[in-house]
Amino acid sequence: MAIIDIEQTIIEEFSHFEDWLDRYNYLIEMGKDLPKIDERFRTDQYLIAGCQSRVWLQADFADGKIIFTADSDAVITKGIVTLLIRVLSNQRPDDVLHANLGFVDTIGLREHLSPTRSNGLNSMIKQMKLFALAFKTKEQSSK
Amino acid sequence: MALDPLKIRIDFPILDQMIYKRSLVYFDNAATTQKPRQVINAIDKYYLLQNSNIHRGVHYLSQMATQAYEDARVHIQHFINARLSQEIIYTRGTTESINLVASSFGKKFISKGDTILVSNLEHHSNIVPWQFVCEEKGAVLKVIPINDEGEILLDAYTEMLDEKVKIVAVTHVSNALGTIVPVKEMIRLAHLKNIPVLIDGAQSVAHFQVDVQDLDADFFCFSGHKMYGPMGIGVLYGKEHWLEDLPPYQGGGEMIKDVTFEKTTYNDLPFKFEAGTPNVCDALGLDAALTYMQNLGLSEIYGYEEELLHFATARLLEIEGLKIIGTSPQKAGVISFLPDGIHPYDLGTILDKLGFALRTGNHCAQPLMHRLGIQGTLRASFAFYNTKEEINRLAEGIITAKRMFD
Repeated sequence: MAIIDIEQTIIEEFSHFEDWLDRYNYLIEMGKDLPKIDERFRTDQYLIAGCQSRVWLQADFADGKIIFTADSDAVITKGIVTLLIRVLSNQRPDDVLHANLGFVDTIGLREHLSPTRSNGLNSMIKQMKLFALAFKTKEQSSK
Repeated sequence: MALDPLKIRIDFPILDQMIYKRSLVYFDNAATTQKPRQVINAIDKYYLLQNSNIHRGVHYLSQMATQAYEDARVHIQHFINARLSQEIIYTRGTTESINLVASSFGKKFISKGDTILVSNLEHHSNIVPWQFVCEEKGAVLKVIPINDEGEILLDAYTEMLDEKVKIVAVTHVSNALGTIVPVKEMIRLAHLKNIPVLIDGAQSVAHFQVDVQDLDADFFCFSGHKMYGPMGIGVLYGKEHWLEDLPPYQGGGEMIKDVTFEKTTYNDLPFKFEAGTPNVCDALGLDAALTYMQNLGLSEIYGYEEELLHFATARLLEIEGLKIIGTSPQKAGVISFLPDGIHPYDLGTILDKLGFALRTGNHCAQPLMHRLGIQGTLRASFAFYNTKEEINRLAEGIITAKRMFD
């Protein structure tokens, strides 16, 4: 599915929640279901700087698409990472680089985007795009 | 007379609002307190009727504004029982007050190989300015250790007071844990060796009566916005002889006597340290905040807040697995805690959605968190407008949040 379509699906899922708490309950449930990252990636090398909760992010590249895996010691952060992975994983580097991720704002998680917000959603997005850029460069130079 | 928080709350309109469809509970008072109508009115009145640049004008408005500004200084002097009004320097806040002393004191009195002592409890604002001085002068910053309860180890401190120590800078109340530091005793011990002491009073002045002469503090710093006054105004108290001795901090208008291109002579205290157009409005706001606190009574404020703190401690300890961080019997205004099995960030996020304004993180005291072996805490900090009912709501909120993560 294209990034924009996945974003739309998530927006629809979140539109059912009237109360903030329900929205977060959903994030928490998603966080709990995030597949565990391989233990060897839970190291400082994969740690994203600037987060109050720790986030580890790892990426593989296969058949022209990026596969992200991630983990966090905080469940809500895991829920947010899960959303990002749903949208950006299994996509082409160029699509990841150009994704504007407007859904974050639409589903009411905009507060997590502010630069001072300590869970560092911004840092996660930046890191995912850096991976995309690296894979794109690698792909081009191998052609 | 006992305080009536419900009556007090009428003066704080900001508290009466809904966030995320729940009524706001403001427990972030150690970061900044809310402002009563009386303070907001003083600010309004200043710009509606009094605004004028001060000290130089011969016209009516300027003279009136000058008078009000200087009256506020005298009020601050009496509030902390300073000996002289010229010992009160207006600054932008505690951080600027500490930077002023670190810079000016460092310039004149710190040399290579000297030692500056700070404690392990300090806020970054009482660490970094001293690091600047150490870096510039080749001096050494040493850390007074604490125990696991969050109390300063006085024996270790006493031993650290050798001839190399040129100044001690220590907090009065820990912003992260609430520990009340025995600064009077620490000052006495330092003075036995003729070492001056700077006290970071940002977290004490709002909670209990401070008497700088009784403490015998050489410097005492605090912020207006943490004591019901506006943001952007703070105070540096310094003993007259120290302030006379220190070189100026910033250059500009107000702080000079005569200027030629060859040489400038500096103004007398307190103006020597107040370069540029002063923040008259916020000084008057702070003046109104002091009046407000005095009308309630400083000992009544302390008594009521201590009651809240004890109540909160008992209430939170009833929650399974919850741990209180900072367990000194001497605390003011702050309760720091960690839940069992939930990341503090997770709990903080849900408590926010339940209407609670409290802090999660290292509270600008990373070295303290390292010492305690934790990443951070959740912190509830109280003011006299908080109630036991709000604390009950917090306890219930924590239980609700915990269930969400089970």
